[in-house]
Amino acid sequence: MPDAITAEGLVKKYGDVAALDGMELTVPEGTVFGLLGPNGAGKTTTVRILTTLLRPDAGHATVAGFDVVRDAGRLRAHIGVSGQYAAVDDHLTGAENLEMVGRLYHLGAGRSRRRARELLERFDLAEAADRPVQGYSGGMRRRLDLAGALVAAPPVLFLDEPTTGLDPRARIGLWDVIAELVAEGTTVLLTTQYLEEADRLADRIAVVDHGRVIALGTADELKDRVGGERVELSLADAASLEGAARTLAPLAAGDVRIDAAALRVTIPVADGVTALTRALGRLATERITVRDAGLRRPTLDDVFLSLTGHQADDKTEETVR
Amino acid sequence: MNALRLAVADGMTIARRNALKIRRAPDLLGGVVMLPIVFVLLFTYVFGSMIDVPGMSYGEYLLPGIFVMTIVTSAQITGYTLTQDLQKGVFDRFRTLPMSPSAVLTGQTVSDVIMNVTSIVTMALVGLVAGWRIRSTPAEAALGFLMLLLFAYAFSWVTATVALALRTPEVFNNLATILSFPLVFLSNAFVDSTRLPGPLKAVAEWNPVSTLVQAARELFGNTSPALPVPAAWPLRHAVPVSLLWSLLLLVVFVPLATRLYNRAVSR
Ligand SMILES: Nc1ncnc2c1ncn2[C@@H]1O[C@H](COP(=O)(O)OP(=O)(O)OP(=O)(O)O)[C@@H](O)[C@H]1O
Ligand SMILES: [Mg+2]
Repeated sequence: MPDAITAEGLVKKYGDVAALDGMELTVPEGTVFGLLGPNGAGKTTTVRILTTLLRPDAGHATVAGFDVVRDAGRLRAHIGVSGQYAAVDDHLTGAENLEMVGRLYHLGAGRSRRRARELLERFDLAEAADRPVQGYSGGMRRRLDLAGALVAAPPVLFLDEPTTGLDPRARIGLWDVIAELVAEGTTVLLTTQYLEEADRLADRIAVVDHGRVIALGTADELKDRVGGERVELSLADAASLEGAARTLAPLAAGDVRIDAAALRVTIPVADGVTALTRALGRLATERITVRDAGLRRPTLDDVFLSLTGHQADDKTEETVR
Repeated sequence: MNALRLAVADGMTIARRNALKIRRAPDLLGGVVMLPIVFVLLFTYVFGSMIDVPGMSYGEYLLPGIFVMTIVTSAQITGYTLTQDLQKGVFDRFRTLPMSPSAVLTGQTVSDVIMNVTSIVTMALVGLVAGWRIRSTPAEAALGFLMLLLFAYAFSWVTATVALALRTPEVFNNLATILSFPLVFLSNAFVDSTRLPGPLKAVAEWNPVSTLVQAARELFGNTSPALPVPAAWPLRHAVPVSLLWSLLLLVVFVPLATRLYNRAVSR
């Protein structure tokens, strides 16, 4: 399968800050590629270079077979973009916004109008279609911007944090839309802060930090890199956390982690169910009350933590040997 | 579609967008319709009753000056909307579309022409009610209106350039106000420039606004033999020099604005 997007050695500097520092990626046609990374990792900068909004200082990239710098003009007919911040026109209505985009894709007046109505329907904006965007909520603007990316049904889509600011219903709606598009052969590059989203949508995920890819693979591959199964135990009170960790240390295949806020002890284990049973037995002997116990596969959260050294959200954890 | 047809089609799409915007935004609409009406009424009735011009009514002498003043002030709307669009990221959307890169600025300036037609027609009608008369041939009068529109179009490119250089609406508004006041008031728009004291007189007589006002007065027949003939060269050839000014502004500021636009949006 040919690659819809390629990028090699992309560098972009802002003064002393290297927003991108050797960014590499390839996305095969008809797949979803997720860029995952903390704030300031370089996700938006990557998207802006691939969508011809920025010129890289070094390196080169192609989208749909066109060089993003040399063939920028022709490339634009083949992409749809929804940036991190909604680029919609306040004084125009939702329908007028999309019609304008359609005309600028040169779809013609009639097709632009029909396409606009169709997308407004699909993004749950039919009722607000003829109201100026000024009065839209944040999530409505976001959806209108996303609809703008789809107007020309482009073969390659770039979505920078597409679900930020969407309510759960709209988020799931968008996931469905993306799944449909991919089934029809569209290639999607999306950035996200939601690990769950990358896990669910992306065929391949690149974890980005400090302007370069630090890990690449399917969600499962990334999770395997972090390790196998873990036993997770929630305790009744904080006082017993240290004792529990000491008691369980002999069963652990690695570091035992304590999450004081969640009253949780996590132990990496080699022999799943057996370890769980033995852990519960030992704690019962020590008269430590367990509220909840389970066997867990690593989440992308763990991947994030172990690769970037900081967690996607702000949980405080400490490690006990 | 070839490149030129594409550029024209895209320019029209952007112009339509801007026209819709002006219709929906009360502050912009006020600038286009209300302000000109206020200018005409205020100047003809308030100052018209105080100031005498030999051989004609002050109101009649004044209206070409008000036309030009309105053109200069309403061209600032171009700059203001451009800086707003820059800040709101709408240009990011445009720049990822396969549209003609020149369309944003041509569309913007073309919609300004529509806006200027609206305000000049409004002023002419209100002026006629308030006693203004066209005393030239219909052909001369038509040339007068076209000349005003051409200058307005050229001046839009000037404010577009300034706006793209400054980038923020607030800074642009302040600077535009500071610059447009002397441009309009150090001219012959409201007073007879031959009666100004020495250095002011020289500034006023070489000010392009004066040239345009003088040309409009001649083309609408709003002059009087009783008025002293200005000695300055541009005022004695006001019509051709006005056209030259418009062309000069276009030649300088169209490429300049285009360069600044391309730079401003690719940061
Ligand atoms: N226009 C700019 N001027 C100066 N620095 C910039 C500019 N744009 C980006 N940067 C810097 O480049 C780095 C990468 O920014 P980028 O917006 O690509 O991050 P991101 O991964 O999209 O982050 P977020 O999750 O917050 O959206 C940051 O350190 C940022 O401060
Ligand atoms: Mg970002």
